[in-house]
Amino acid sequence: MTYKTIDEANEAVIQKVIESQPFLLDVVPAKSVISELNEKALLHSGPSIKWEDMNDPMQGSCVGAVLFEGWASNEEEARKMLAGGEIKFISAHSVNAVGPMGGITSANFPVVVVEDKASGRRAYCNLNEGIGAVLRFGAYNEEVINRLNWMKDVLGPALSKALAQIEGGMNVNVLVAKAITMGDEFHQRNIAGSALFLKEIVPYLITAGLSEKELQEVTKFLADTDQFFLNIMMASAKAVMDSALTVGEGSIVTHLARNGHMFGIKVSGLGDQWFTAPVNTPDGLYFTGYSSADACPDMGDSAITEAYGVGGMAMIAAPGVTRFVGTGGFSDAINTSDEMREICIANNPNLSIPTWDFQGACLGIDLRKVVETGITPVINTGIANKVAGKGQIGAGTVRVPLGCFEKAIEALAEKYGVEA
Amino acid sequence: MNNLLSTVIKKNTYQDSVSLMLLTNHLSSVEGVNKIQVMMGTPANKDIFKGSGLYTEELEDAAPSDLCIVVDTDSEDTTANVVEETDNYLANQATESAQNDISTVRTWDMALNKLPNADLAVISIAGEHAATEANKALDRGLSVFLFSDNVSVEDEKALKTRADELGLIVMGPDCGTGILDGVPIAFANVIEKGNIGIVGASGTGIQEVSTIIANHGGGISQAIGTGGRDLSADIGALTTIKGLRALDQDPETEIIVYISKPPAPEVKTKVVEVFKTLSKPVVAIFMGDKPAAAHDNVQYAWTLHDTAILALELAESTGGSIDKIVKENADDIEKIKANASQRFIKGYFCGGTLALEAAMITEDAFGLQGSAEHPEGMMLKHEGHEIIDLGDDAYTQGRAHPMIDPTFRVEKVKEAAQDAETAVILLDNVIGYGAHEDMAGVFAPVIKEAKEAAAKEGKAFIAIASVTGTAQDPQVYQDQVDKLEDAGVIVLESNAEATKLAADLIKYLNGEITISDKESKKSADLEKVSELLSSKPRVINVGLKSFAQTVSDNGGQVVQYQWKPIAGGDKRLASLVNQLYKK
Repeated sequence: MTYKTIDEANEAVIQKVIESQPFLLDVVPAKSVISELNEKALLHSGPSIKWEDMNDPMQGSCVGAVLFEGWASNEEEARKMLAGGEIKFISAHSVNAVGPMGGITSANFPVVVVEDKASGRRAYCNLNEGIGAVLRFGAYNEEVINRLNWMKDVLGPALSKALAQIEGGMNVNVLVAKAITMGDEFHQRNIAGSALFLKEIVPYLITAGLSEKELQEVTKFLADTDQFFLNIMMASAKAVMDSALTVGEGSIVTHLARNGHMFGIKVSGLGDQWFTAPVNTPDGLYFTGYSSADACPDMGDSAITEAYGVGGMAMIAAPGVTRFVGTGGFSDAINTSDEMREICIANNPNLSIPTWDFQGACLGIDLRKVVETGITPVINTGIANKVAGKGQIGAGTVRVPLGCFEKAIEALAEKYGVEA
Repeated sequence: MNNLLSTVIKKNTYQDSVSLMLLTNHLSSVEGVNKIQVMMGTPANKDIFKGSGLYTEELEDAAPSDLCIVVDTDSEDTTANVVEETDNYLANQATESAQNDISTVRTWDMALNKLPNADLAVISIAGEHAATEANKALDRGLSVFLFSDNVSVEDEKALKTRADELGLIVMGPDCGTGILDGVPIAFANVIEKGNIGIVGASGTGIQEVSTIIANHGGGISQAIGTGGRDLSADIGALTTIKGLRALDQDPETEIIVYISKPPAPEVKTKVVEVFKTLSKPVVAIFMGDKPAAAHDNVQYAWTLHDTAILALELAESTGGSIDKIVKENADDIEKIKANASQRFIKGYFCGGTLALEAAMITEDAFGLQGSAEHPEGMMLKHEGHEIIDLGDDAYTQGRAHPMIDPTFRVEKVKEAAQDAETAVILLDNVIGYGAHEDMAGVFAPVIKEAKEAAAKEGKAFIAIASVTGTAQDPQVYQDQVDKLEDAGVIVLESNAEATKLAADLIKYLNGEITISDKESKKSADLEKVSELLSSKPRVINVGLKSFAQTVSDNGGQVVQYQWKPIAGGDKRLASLVNQLYKK
C-alpha cells in the first residue's frame, strides 16, 4: 500500500479533514448539477433502497416530490408511479449529494453547492424547509408543496444572486469555528450557525435585486429557520469526507448514513462501498402525545456530520442538547464527548470547543477502536413519526448499529491479509 | 372526562425547547393532568398544539416570546398546581450530574491521552486477559503491578523477561501489596514514609512487617511485591532481584528488608548472592527456613515480627552509622587522619547526666576504668579525651547555669577547636521551658567560624551534637537541629548515639575499625524503575475501581481504565482487531 501502516494512512485521512476548505458557492436547481435527475428520478438518504423497503415517512416524501415535480396530479397516482417502478431511486451519496431525514431530492429542488477548495470536490444538499409539516419528515400536503415551490422560485434564486456577489464563495470553516464556540454541535443545534449565515448573507441579499416582498420573505424565512445551517454543514461534511475517502487506505470511518431501513458506513480503506446493518430507532424527548412507539426508525444523511466529527461526536460543544438523552447535566455532555474520543484518533484543531478545555472536536472514528470497545458513534437526531405526514415528534439520540462495523472489520482484515 | 382545556400564558417568558420538553414530561405526572403541552407561542408550535388536540383560542394571541401551557384536566385546581410546578421547575433547573475526580476511559490510547506520563499499570482483571493487558502496558513503557491471579507461568516468564529488556518491572502476578513513594497499591496500609524498603513475595507478609514498623515509629520508603511464584525455578527471581537492586539505588531507602515464601533452593542461593552485592544492610526472612547466621551485610529473621524489629534497630542507628558519616565527611576526616596528634574527643555539656552518659559510653568504647569522683564536673579525662559537665557548681559561681547562659561553654568550644588534639567536639543542647531561647543559634556561628578558620590552615574537626527536646518546646526541636546542621554539625537523635559515633570516629582514625567500601551502583537498566520509585506513581488502573481511589486519595495520579473484553468477548473479532492494530 501507499502507506507503511494503517496508522499512517489514518493520519493521512485526518489530514485531509483538517486541511479541508469548504466554501459555499451557490444555490442551484438540483438537476443543473446532478445529471441523473434529468429523468424521473429521486435521490434518497442512506444506502440504496427499494420502494417497498422504505418506511412510511420516506414514501410520503417521495409522494411529495412527485407532486412537486408535477409528474402526478394526486397522491394515488403518485404512489402508483412510485410502486410501479416508473421513478428511479438513487442514493444521494452516489451522486455527491446528501439529504436530511428521507433525503428526498428531485430535479427542481434548490441545492447548496459546497466545494472543498483543498481537494476540489463538490457536494450538494437540499435546503432546510424549517420545522413542522415538512417534506423531509414525510409530509406532502398543499402547504408543503407550496413552500417547496416558493423555495424553488424565490429562496433558491435569491441566495444564488447573493452568493454570486461573494468572491470565492462563503467560507464555511469560519462560520463553523465561530458557531461551535456559540453552542452549536451542527446536528441537533444549528441556531448560531444559522444566525451567522444570516448575518453574512443579508448585505448581499439587499443588493441582489429582490423585490421588497421577496427580500422580506427570504430574510424572514432564514431568520425563522434555526436549522438552516444544518444542510450547509451536511454538504460541507460530504465534500470533505468524500475527499478523505480517496486516501483509499486505513481504518477511518468516513461516512455514516441511514435510509430508515439499513444503516450504512464507509471506511477509508474499503473504497466506495456501504457496510450495512438494520437501523436502530432513536430515543429522546417526545412532543406531547407521542412516545417511542410512534418513532420512525433512524433515517437521513445528516449523520455525515458525525462522520465529520460534529453532531453527537461534539456533544460537549452544545451541553444543552445533552438533555435530549435524559436529564443529564454538564458532566454527562463531557462524558459523551469523552466516550466518543475513545473511538477517534484525533481532535480537530479547527473546531476548538471552549467547554472542553478548548480541545478540538473528535476526529477520525477508527473502525478498530469501535469493534474493540463496542462503543458506537452517537448521533444527535430528530425523531420522525413513523406515519407519513405527521412530521417530527421529538428529538434525541441514536447509536450506529455495531453490525456495520463488524462487517467492515472483516472486510478490512481481508484487505490487509489478516486471518483470525 | 370533561375534557376541560385550560390555558396559561406567561408573557415574555422564554425557555428553550429542550427545557420545555423536559418540563412537559415533568408536568405530565402532576395529579389530575390528563394531557399537557408547554411550548413557546411560535406559529409552528401552535400547529403542534393543534396536532395534539390541545389548541385553544387563547393561543391565538400568544407571541413567540410567550410561554404557553395548555392542560387537559378535569379540575381548575390542577391548573393552579401546574402553574406552581412550572414556576418551581423553571427556578430550579440545575441538574445534578455524577461528578467524579477520577477520569474513566475505555481504551489504552485514551488512558495515555489523559495521563501522558503514566509510569505504572495496576491490573486487576480476570487472569485469562491479564497477560494481554500487561503486555500492552509494557508496549507503552509502563511498569506493571499485576494483581490478577491465574496467569500462566509461561506468561509470567515472558512478561518479566520482556520487562527486563525494556528496563521496566512487573510486580506479580498475584501481587497483593505495594507501596510506591508512600502511595499504597492494592491491599496496603497507610504507612509513614521512612528509610526501610521492602521487597516481598508475600502480600500479607509485607503488610505485617510494614505495620509493625509503622507502629514502632518507623517508616517505609517503598514496598515492592513480586508475586509468590517469583522465587520458583521457572521464574528465577527476576522481579525480586530487580526490586532489591532498585532499592539499593533508591536514596530514600537505607535498610532493605526481604520477605520470601519458601524458594527453590538454587533461586535462594542466587538471591543471597545478590544481597551481598548491595551496599545497604539487608534483613531477610525466608518463611519456613530456620534463620541462617548473619553474614556480610545480611541478617536473617525467624518471624515477621523479628524482621520488623531487626529492620527498625538498623533504621534507627543508621543516621549515625560510621560508614555514612565517613563517606559524607570524607574531606574533613582525611585532613584529621593526616594529623597524627588529632585523636581525641572534647565534650562540653550543660546537662550533668548527659555528660555522665557520654563519659560512660566513651569509657566502654575504649575499655577505660571509670571514676566515681568527678571533681569540677570532669566526667572523663584520659589522655586528650575530656568530657566536662559545665553545670557543675565549679563553673556556675557568679554566672548563670550553661543551660541559660552559653558564654562559658562557647569559650570552651573555641578553645577546643584550636586545640591540636581535638578530633571531635561533642555537645548537648537541652531545650524546653526555662532553657536558653536559642542555644543552637548561639553555637551555630561559633562552630561555623571555627571550622572555616581550621580550613584556612588546612585542618578540620568534627562537631557532633544531640538536641534534648520536642517539637512542642518553645525553641522547637527541628529548628534547633536545622540550625546546627546548617553550621556543619552532625546531629543525632540521642546523646548516646552522638557519643557512640564520636567514639567510632576515633576508632576509625586509629585504624581500629574499617568501613564498607560498597557503593550502590547506578545502573542504566534500572533508570526507569528508579524513576518509578522516586516520585508518586502515575497509574493507569485496569480493573477494580477501588484501587484507583486509593491511589488518588494518597496523592498519586490515576486514570481508571474501565476494561471490558475486546470486541465484547468475540475471539475472532478480537483477533482481527489486534492484528489490524499491528498492520
